[in-house]
Amino acid sequence: MQADVLVIGSGAAGMYAAISAARAGCSVVLADRSLIGRGGATVMAQMTVSVALGEETPDHWEHHLADTLKAGRGLCEPALSQLLCEDAPERIREMDAWGVGWARTDKHIKQVQAPGHDRPRCVYVDFVNTGPAVSKTLRAQLNRIPEIRRIGDLLVTDLAIHDGVCVGADAVHIISGERLTLTAKATIIATGGLTRLYARNSASINMGGDGYALALRAGAELADMEFVQFFPIGHLAPRLVGMDPIMWDPFRYKLGGKLLNAEMQEFLKEDGRYVYVRDHATHAILAEVAAGRGTPHGGAWLSFRHCSETELRSAFGPVIDRLAANGIDLTRQAIEVAPMAHYHMGGIRTDTDMRTSVPHLFAAGEAVGGANGANRLSGNAITEAFTFGRRAGLRAAALAAQTTMPSIREKVETKRSDFSRLEVNAAMEIARLQRVMNEDVGPLRRRAGLERALAHIHELEVHCTDLPAPRAGLDPEWIDLHDLRNMRLVAECIARGALAREESRGAHQREDFPETSERWEKHQTLRLASDGVRLEG
Amino acid sequence: MKARLRIRRGTPGVAGRFERHEVPFEPGQTVLDALRWLRVHRDPSLAIRFSCINANACKECMISVDGETVYACTTRLTENEMTLEPLPNKALIKDLVTEIAPPDERLASDR
Repeated sequence: MQADVLVIGSGAAGMYAAISAARAGCSVVLADRSLIGRGGATVMAQMTVSVALGEETPDHWEHHLADTLKAGRGLCEPALSQLLCEDAPERIREMDAWGVGWARTDKHIKQVQAPGHDRPRCVYVDFVNTGPAVSKTLRAQLNRIPEIRRIGDLLVTDLAIHDGVCVGADAVHIISGERLTLTAKATIIATGGLTRLYARNSASINMGGDGYALALRAGAELADMEFVQFFPIGHLAPRLVGMDPIMWDPFRYKLGGKLLNAEMQEFLKEDGRYVYVRDHATHAILAEVAAGRGTPHGGAWLSFRHCSETELRSAFGPVIDRLAANGIDLTRQAIEVAPMAHYHMGGIRTDTDMRTSVPHLFAAGEAVGGANGANRLSGNAITEAFTFGRRAGLRAAALAAQTTMPSIREKVETKRSDFSRLEVNAAMEIARLQRVMNEDVGPLRRRAGLERALAHIHELEVHCTDLPAPRAGLDPEWIDLHDLRNMRLVAECIARGALAREESRGAHQREDFPETSERWEKHQTLRLASDGVRLEG
Repeated sequence: MKARLRIRRGTPGVAGRFERHEVPFEPGQTVLDALRWLRVHRDPSLAIRFSCINANACKECMISVDGETVYACTTRLTENEMTLEPLPNKALIKDLVTEIAPPDERLASDR
C-alpha cells in the first residue's frame, strides 16, 4: 500500500495532519492501531483548550506564551511553544467553523480561568464533552476527503528506513495477523504519549509510547523523557465507572472546590479557588500523604459540599446524574483524589516544521517533546495537537510534492509464527512494569528507586529483542509482546533521564536532590546506538 | 468476593465453547476489570477489545452480558454467574471481539 503521506495515529494531531496534507493535494493513509478517532487521548479530554482568543477579556498569544514558558520551568523549546500559542486562535476558530460547539454566551465563546493562566483563556464543550466533540468534528472533516484512506486496527511495528531516509513503515493488521508494507514519501508520527507505562494513569490502552519507540529505532532523537506529567486530582475513591478519572478538573474550573487533607485543612490555601499548576499540586498532595495526613485510600479529599444542588446541576447537567448512578452525591460527600500519570512533556525532538532528525520523518502532537518544558499548563495539549498536526501535515505535503515515490520495497516476510505459546506472559510483565514505574519512576524519585527500576527494565530485555512474526488471526499475546517491547524501551529512556538529572524541576522531583539547579537548565537527548540507549546532557 | 463468569471462546468457523472462571472483586468493579484481570493472571490468549479503560469514551468494549448488549466498562460485577458473549449481530473475530469498525475504515475494503 502506498500514499504520499503516511500518518500514524488518529487522535487530534493525526487527524489534523491528515486533513491538512490532503487539502494540500496529497494522498494520505491514516493508520491507527485502534478505531479511527476513538482510541487515543483526544477523545478523553474533559474540558479545557487554551487559546488567546480574547473573547472573555482582551488577550494576545504573547501572554499565552509567557504563561506557557513560566509553567515550563525554564525547559520549554520557545519556538515550539510559540507555534502552539500563535497558531492557536486560528485553529480554534477553524474548529468552531467546523461545528465543534465551543460553549458560548449569547455574545461570545466562553473562556474559563485555569491554573497558571493569567486570564480566562480556556474554551470547552459542555458538559465535559470537549474530547468527544473534537474527535467527532475532525472525523466528519476526514470523511469528506476521498484522498484520505482511513485504516483502523493497523499496528505500525517499525518505520522503514532506506539510506537514512524514512520511506514508510511496516505494519500488522491486528484482526488478521497479516503483515503489510506501507510506502510513503513522508511519514508523520502522531501516536500520543506514554502514560500507559504507569499503573495509575488517565490514558487509553494505546498510550504505551509506541511513537517514541518507533522514532528511536528509526534513528531519531528524543528529548527530556524524564518529564512525565502527573495530574494531581485524578479520581481515587469511591470507584466510579463510565467517567474519565480526570473529570474533577472541569468541576474545579467551574466551581472551585476545596482540596483538603485528612484533617480537613485546605493545605494549598487556595481558598476555594483553583490556583495551583499541576506539578506543584501533585507534590503538595503527596507531601500530605507522606506526613500521615492522607485520605483512607492515600490521597486528598476534594469537596464541593459548599455548592447547592442547583449550582451543581447548572454547571454539569447530566454529569450529576451519572455521579448519582455511581452513588455519589456531591452535596453530601467529598471524594478522594490522587495524582495519576496524564501527559508526557518530553518526546520526539523536532524543529518548528515538525521535522525529526530523520529525513522525511515528522512528528505531531503529544509525541513531540519540548513545547511544554518541565510542566504543561492546563489546556495546552489539545491546542498542541491542532497546531502541530496542521503544521506537520502541511510540511509533509510540501516535501512529498518534491519527492518521487520510493520504489516499492520488497514485500516483508509473510511467514507466520506457529509457536504454541510464548515464553513469557507479556500481559503480566506489562502489569509488573506499570507497578515498578509508578513506584520508582513516579512523581517522587530517588537514586535507589531509579536504579531498582532500571534493573527490572534490563531484566525484561531478554523478552524484547526481536519481535516474532504474529500468528494467524487476532493474537492478543503477540500484541502484548509488541507492547511490552516498546514500553520497556521507553521506560528505560524515562528512568535513565530521571537518574541522570540530579535536581528537581517541574514534574521531575528528586527527593535526594530537592533543589532546582541552574546548571540543569538544559535538555537531555536520547538516541539508540548499537549498544543500546545513549543519553547526552 | 468472587465473580463467576461464563465466557464464550472461539473463532469463526470453529465450534465455540464456554469457559468458566472465578475472579476476585471488590464492590464497584466492572466486567472489564475482571476481563483484564483474567488476561494478566489466568489466560493472556483471551481476546477482548477496549481502549479507554474506564471513561466510556471509546465505546469499543461492547459485548453481550446475559443476553443484553452492554459496555463491559460500565457493567458492575455481581456474585451471580454472568454469561459473556460476543455481540450477536456483528461478525465474530475471536472470543469477545467482533468487527465493529465502520466498513470504510477496514483494511479489507479496498483489497
